[in-house]
Amino acid sequence: MNRYSPNFTKWIFIGLVYFFAFIILILPILIVFQEAFAKGISGYLESLQEPDTISAFLLTLKVAAIAVPINTLFGFVAAFTITRFQFPGKNFILTIIDSPFAVSPVIAGLIFLLIFGRQGWMGSFMEQWDIKVVFNTPGLIIATMFITLPFVARELIPLMQSQGKEEEEAGILLGASFFQTLKKIIIPNVKWGLLYGIILCNARAMGEFGAVSVLSGHIRGQTNTLPLQIEVLYNEYNSVQAFTAASLLVFLSLLTLVVKIILEKNIHRK
Amino acid sequence: MSIEIKNVYKTFGSFEALSNINLKITHGELVALLGPSGSGKTTLLRIIAGLESPDRGEVIFHDENQIPSQVKNGDVGFVFQHYALFRHMNIFENVAFGLKVRKKNVRPSKAEIEERVYKLLKLVQLDNFQKRYPSELSGGQRQRVALARALAIEPKFLLLDEPFGALDAKVRKELRTWLRRLHDEIHITSVFVTHDQEEALEVSDSIVILRSGKIEQIGSPDEVYNKPKSPFVFNFLGDVNLFHGRIQEGKAIIGNVDVDSPEHTGVSDTSAVAYVRPYDVEIVRIKDQGIAAEIQYIHSTGRNVRVELKRIDTGTLIESVLDQETYKSLNLLPGETVFLRIKKAKVYVDDFSI
Repeated sequence: MNRYSPNFTKWIFIGLVYFFAFIILILPILIVFQEAFAKGISGYLESLQEPDTISAFLLTLKVAAIAVPINTLFGFVAAFTITRFQFPGKNFILTIIDSPFAVSPVIAGLIFLLIFGRQGWMGSFMEQWDIKVVFNTPGLIIATMFITLPFVARELIPLMQSQGKEEEEAGILLGASFFQTLKKIIIPNVKWGLLYGIILCNARAMGEFGAVSVLSGHIRGQTNTLPLQIEVLYNEYNSVQAFTAASLLVFLSLLTLVVKIILEKNIHRK
Repeated sequence: MSIEIKNVYKTFGSFEALSNINLKITHGELVALLGPSGSGKTTLLRIIAGLESPDRGEVIFHDENQIPSQVKNGDVGFVFQHYALFRHMNIFENVAFGLKVRKKNVRPSKAEIEERVYKLLKLVQLDNFQKRYPSELSGGQRQRVALARALAIEPKFLLLDEPFGALDAKVRKELRTWLRRLHDEIHITSVFVTHDQEEALEVSDSIVILRSGKIEQIGSPDEVYNKPKSPFVFNFLGDVNLFHGRIQEGKAIIGNVDVDSPEHTGVSDTSAVAYVRPYDVEIVRIKDQGIAAEIQYIHSTGRNVRVELKRIDTGTLIESVLDQETYKSLNLLPGETVFLRIKKAKVYVDDFSI
């Protein structure tokens, strides 16, 4: 027993941590599965075959598959630019990158509705060229991109800042081209942070509700992502189907968490 | 490769880092850029490397035969202060990097690269370390890997930024004698930045002393140490005592003693400052032959004894260094009054004189 943490205090703290983790984190997840399996495994499997749920699942994957890579690229370029170059408005950019964290997702959705909607700023232009953003997949992607924009950049900026640019300068002086430096020095040095950022970004992209809800129009089987589909089913008192869809989202999150745990092990090993 | 720096200016925002720098570094020389922090020495090194571009002026390179020569990336060996080893590559990959990134037609074969890397690791006394990662090495070992990596590309010249700054005193001493020996072996034009005057005096062929972005003096270690051009250089190259007095016909008169100052024979009755190294302040017991001072502290530091004194007339603190034998024969005790004589001084006419 050490002087700093007597056993008694230690166990009270450990108990508290477990208590809150169970009530707030573990219990809700268990309830999702309990509700999903309320009519047994056959009921669960039947609900899984619901075409609207399947299409919502696929749409969620599609939106994440487009929004996440674009934000990864943006996050990397932004972090590199901010940490390596001096330019006017740098502090402004640093602040604005965080704005999706500060703005409520519903408001973000409304802003895009005002821009791209039929009565919006670009409405007539969009109609003329027959581009449908609002109540369509592009709208969902734009909303998701807005919400998840900061994740990769936020992960990389402090990392690149602390690593400094000396290794890159060393690489350049040794005769490496910019692309060789990028491939052999810059990316390998930030790869775990980059992957971690991508995972967080992906988790948020698949779970996004507010902004997507405004832009989706809730057309079943067409513009409903999984979170929206869950809400629709739940509002129809179709709780087995709603929780089955929810369990899919939970599976996606658990998968993400597993990848995250593996990555964290790697980060600590390095 | 010789390096010529012509009228170089550099500012960062409103800070003038370098102002009108002119410097010639001859082929095969080992040059120290010495100065306090903020004097512009690292900026000058980075400009030579091409990592910064000067606002005005240019850097010109000539090969051994005085033919103007272009310097590209891949020709410059640069050792960073904090080594900048590639953290995710092992030692072999670090040293081989500069060779592996070359274009196919000039890249050595795999076997040649291996041979060269092992030869260099041997030269820096790190054979059998090739599989280790930088984080597994000590500071001194990392420094030597950084040097091997810089030498692997057979650079036209070698630049070192505070190469021993982050190491402890003993390793620092070992590495600098080792660097000197290495330079004598391979004779590559080298420039290194340091704020440690002892390091500069011991290792280099020539020293460039910088102060607030300007060159204060250029010369061999012997020249700058024994013939400092300005009080700043004198002060920077070691501990110093200041004695205020007046110059009269080639002599500086301080209190009741005088010191020869042949460079001021033409000057008559001007106020001046004599700069005296601690080991040029002699302590005597004979009254009326020196400046009266009271002993305050005595520190015996191995071979030498450092005595702190306070002048009785002006109250200024003076430091004297004597060897153990003299110290014993004088039998000094704190609180005693003794007399100081000046063996040698560098006298500068006071800036504030009329």
